[in-house]
Parts: sequence; C-alpha cells; structure tokens
Amino acid sequence: MLNALWQGKALPVLVVAAIIGLFWYAGSILLNADLQRDAFVNAGKTDYSTSELIAGTFAQERPKLPTPGQIMAELYKTVIDTAPTSKRSLIYHGSVTLSATLLGFLIGSALGMGLAILVVHVRSLDKSLMPWVVASQTIPIIALAPMIVVILNQFDVTGLIPKAVIAAYLSFFPVTVGMVKGLRSPDPLQLDLMRTYSASRLQTFFMLRVPASVPFLFASLKVGVAASLVGTVVAELTKSEDGGFGARLLAGSYYGQTIQIWAALFAAAACAWALVSLIGVADRIVTRGMGARP
Amino acid sequence: MKIFAGSSKLSIIGGALMIFAAVGPLDVGGDMSLLTGTGWTRFIYLALGIIAMREGPIADIPQKSIWNLPGLSLFAAFELVVYAHSAGTRDWGHLLAILGVWLCAWRSVDIVIAQTPARGRASQWMQWLVPLIFGATLLMLWETLGLYFNVPMVILPTPSQIGIRLATSVPVLTADFLQTVQGILAGYVMGCGAGILIAILIDRIPFLQRGLLPLGNLVSALPIVGVAPIMVMWFGFDWQSKAAVVVIMTFFPQLVNTVAGLGAAGAMERDLMKTYGASYGQTLFALRLPAALPFIFNGLKINSTLALIGAIVAEFFGTPIVGMGFRINTEVGRMNIDMVWATIVVAGVAGSLFYGLLAAIERRVTFWHASYR
Repeated sequence: MLNALWQGKALPVLVVAAIIGLFWYAGSILLNADLQRDAFVNAGKTDYSTSELIAGTFAQERPKLPTPGQIMAELYKTVIDTAPTSKRSLIYHGSVTLSATLLGFLIGSALGMGLAILVVHVRSLDKSLMPWVVASQTIPIIALAPMIVVILNQFDVTGLIPKAVIAAYLSFFPVTVGMVKGLRSPDPLQLDLMRTYSASRLQTFFMLRVPASVPFLFASLKVGVAASLVGTVVAELTKSEDGGFGARLLAGSYYGQTIQIWAALFAAAACAWALVSLIGVADRIVTRGMGARP
Repeated sequence: MKIFAGSSKLSIIGGALMIFAAVGPLDVGGDMSLLTGTGWTRFIYLALGIIAMREGPIADIPQKSIWNLPGLSLFAAFELVVYAHSAGTRDWGHLLAILGVWLCAWRSVDIVIAQTPARGRASQWMQWLVPLIFGATLLMLWETLGLYFNVPMVILPTPSQIGIRLATSVPVLTADFLQTVQGILAGYVMGCGAGILIAILIDRIPFLQRGLLPLGNLVSALPIVGVAPIMVMWFGFDWQSKAAVVVIMTFFPQLVNTVAGLGAAGAMERDLMKTYGASYGQTLFALRLPAALPFIFNGLKINSTLALIGAIVAEFFGTPIVGMGFRINTEVGRMNIDMVWATIVVAGVAGSLFYGLLAAIERRVTFWHASYR
C-alpha cells in the first residue's frame, strides 16, 4: 500500500506541491517583511515579536507577494460570494475570456485542419506555404494582437470578435503543423496497401490518414487551446473595456492590487487547465472509440 | 518530368487574363515602367499570357523552356509593382493582370517543384527558392492590391511603406531591439540554465522527478505571461522585470525536456558504463548528457519563441520609453501602423535568426543523431 503510494504519481506531486507552497510562504515573509516593518513603524509600534511580524506579512492589503491563502480567499470572494453578473466577479470576467477563447479556438483549429488537408494534397502549397507556417512558430506572432484589435475597431468590429480573431490565429499555426504531421504519419507500407486495395484518394484519406492523424491532432489541439487563451488574455490588455482576465490583470497592475492580479492569474490558470483536460478527455474518448486499448 | 496536373488549368486562366488585360481594357497611360519604358508593359503581359497558355498546361516541358514561365511571371510582377507606384490610372484591366500574374506564379512554383530532383544540391536550393517565390508573390499581391484599392495606411500599410519606415527609423528600432534583447538574453540564460541544472539535480531522486514532471507539464499550458505585471512591480520598469518573466516562462519547458533527455540513454549503453566501473559523474558527462542533447535543444528552441513573447508582452505593462513591446503598444495608440509593422518585422527576423542559430548549433553538436545522418 505504502509502496504503491510511493511509486505512484499522486504522492510525489502532492509532496512537490507542498514544497512549492512552503517556499511560497517563505517568500511572502521575506518579500513583505520590509513593508510590514514600515507599517509597524508608522503605527508607532516599536516592539513587535517575530511571530507578529510574520502574521503581519500574511495579512497585508497590498503585499508584494500574497500568500496562497490570501489568493484563495480572494478567489472565494470573487467567485462564490460575488454575483456572477457583477463586474467584480471573476466568473463574469472568466466567461468573457472563455467565450472569446473558445470561439477563436474553434475557428482557428477548423481553419488549421482545413489548411492541413489542403497542404497534404496540394504539393505546391506544401512546398511554398508550409515553410512559412513552420517559420511562424519561431516568431512572436502575439505581437500582432494590439494592432489587430485597433484595426478591427476601425471597421466597427468590436466585442467578442477581435479577441476571437487573435485567439484563432494563435491556435491556427500549431494545429496546422500538428495536423500535417499527423496526416503524413502513415508509413509508405500502409499507403501502398491502400493502393493495392485500389482505394481512392478520398478512401485513403478517411480510412488511413484521418485515423492516423488523431493522436497528433489532439496533441496540437492542447497546445492550440492554451495558445488561444494566452492570445485572448493579451488581447484584453489592449481591449480592456469589455472585461476579462487580461483587463483584470491590467486594472490590478494600475492600482497595485497584487491580490487581485494573482487571483486573476490563478483563475486563468484554472481555465487553461480545464480546457486542456477537456481536450485530454475528448482524446481518450475518441481513441477508445477507435478501438485503442489503453 | 511530370508536373502535377492540378494547376494546369490555373495556367490557362492566368494566361487568358494576361492576354485579355494586354489587348483589352488595360490603360497603360503616359508614364510607364522605369525598366522597360513606355508601351512595353502591354508586350510583356501579352508574352506572359501566350507562354502561360501554350507552355503552362504541358505536363512535359522541354528542359530548355522551363524558366520561360517563371521568368516572365517575375518580369510581369515587377511591371505590376512599378505601375502601381506610378500615377497612372487604375482601371480593372490592372486588377485582371494582378490576378493573372498570381495564377502564373502559382503554376511556376509547380514547374520549379517538378523540375527539381528529390535529392542533391538542387533540391536544397528548391527548399529555399519555392517559399521565396511564394513570399514574393504574396508581397506583390499585398503591394499592388493595397495601392489599387487605396487601402489607408492606418489599416494596412503596403510592404514598401513598411520598408521605408523600417529604413528611416533604424536608430529607434535598434534602441528598441537592444533594450528588449537585454531582458530576453538575461532571462533566457538564467531560465534555461536553471531548468537544466535543476533537472540534473533531481536526476538522482526519482521521487521528485515523478512529482515535478506532471506539474511542469501543467505549468507549460498555463498563461504564465500573466505574471508580467507582478514582475514589473517587483523589479521595476527596466529590463530586469522582463528577464524575470522570461526566466519563469522558460524554466519549466527546459526542466521537463532535460529530465526526459536524461532518461534517453539506452539500457545497453548504461550497462556498458557500469562494466567500465564509471562513476555517476562520468556516466553523466560521457553518456547521459550527450544523449540528452537533442531533448535539451528541443527545449531551448521552444524557449527561444517563449522568451520573445514573454519580453514583448511584459513590455505592454510598463517600460522605460524604449523596447519593442513598448513601441508596438504606443505606435498602435498613435495609429502609426507602419511603425508597428516595422517593429514586428524586426521581432520576426530576430526570432527566426535566434531559432536558426540554435538549430545550427544543434546540428553541430548532435551530428550523431539519427535525424542528421
């Protein structure tokens, strides 16, 4: 029993998480101590014990590094205690970010898959366009985000769409690259077999290439959805009037509300994790449906 | 040499468009191409049209006339761009010509691909040539269509406008680049270095590895750029805060990749080291680190892009008045979209060069790996 725990994954992850938590609290004490000493001095309190100092560093209004406890309390306050319609609710901001992310991700991955199918079948596209798609992975295309928001704004395209456009093009490139790799993954032997069956291009595509591409597709969808979320958050920095995690980060950094920033960050991380795990679940369902044995 | 048949129809359509534009509605106006002088545009378009209709669709082009269509397409594209910049009238004959040249360029790509052998020096040339033709075609379309439809600069400047801006703002762009690169390099070295070191340190404790790997994979999917405002608060507006963001972004991918790499050495080789009575350190440096190099480089390459993203996004939150992210953010606000594009070009070129440098070093260092043999 104990051995199984030791060899498994859950316990090590918990231990490492606990170590990180400990370091975090230690960091909070170290980083916030100066502020707290100043606070004590300002309050005219000269003789304070170390434990008072430490307790103080854990309970500041605007700490340099809030403790995980403070962040959780803020999350609880803004997620559970605040009405979801309120502009202070993280659920409200989360829904803004998630809707743009999901819309963009759907558009981007659909376009990416479409282009991958074209690239696999049209040789000139493969030779001429694909190098650029691959090269696009090495440049920070996210830098285009503020410009796209402003340009679309001039066409009176506002609201969800500009953010979704950015989310779409960020997920587009990884999905294209992964899908092309996947559609190419059948080896020549299998393709030859299809030829001996005198299968048409369409049959080869649906019976061999598509099933072979599934693992690659899901791996790149995970990368794509994470990129979409980052894209949306960055777009919300430029376009902060509609809310969203990015707007929350920006507002927090303007007013020095560190706890608010960290809470938004944790919420965004939770969303990213949820999206990636959702795709992981879909991956498992699809591969099992295709007859893969775990 | 057989050519893929799909685009042969494109060639016929393209040729027809060129001939139609040349003999029909094209108003070549008074001032013509600097290169060829008045009146020659019509002739070039006509020649391209005839060649595209005659030779384009042929599956077996004789060796001596392979370069006719690509060459004439290039010539015609040049004419298009020069005319687009002249003060001549813009009638729809030019639009047809733009479309026609594009289709001919497409067919040219197919011809070039088909004429290149699968192996050898020529195929390496083609690997560069074909994407270059594609990129040039795209730039030509962007330039000519942008001028034809008079797209305002605040929406989409043409490549030439961006190029001019790039050339006239070299000092500003250089200062921005140096500022941002400072943060990127410092953060990249620290983040990747720490990732590799920690991976080696926890190498002897499988328990910690099992705990760190799932967390590391999780963190790689999180929107870590969001820590940028916090780092700006901690380390101030200057490059140090950007370096900090880059450290955090690059650390986990490097850790995960290095840990995976340290497990890559085969059991046979490890046994061999054991029979030599090699110590842990000897095995590490003589066998396992070299075997891990492909993985380490994979992490380094992923991180080169992440570092750029981290630094640029961090600059959206606050900088001294210099830096690529700062430039993008402010020039967008001032509607100087051409300057934004110029900065993006610099960032893109820097990103590709950095990646290319890493790939070149990787080739040098891991020449023994299967993918390079």
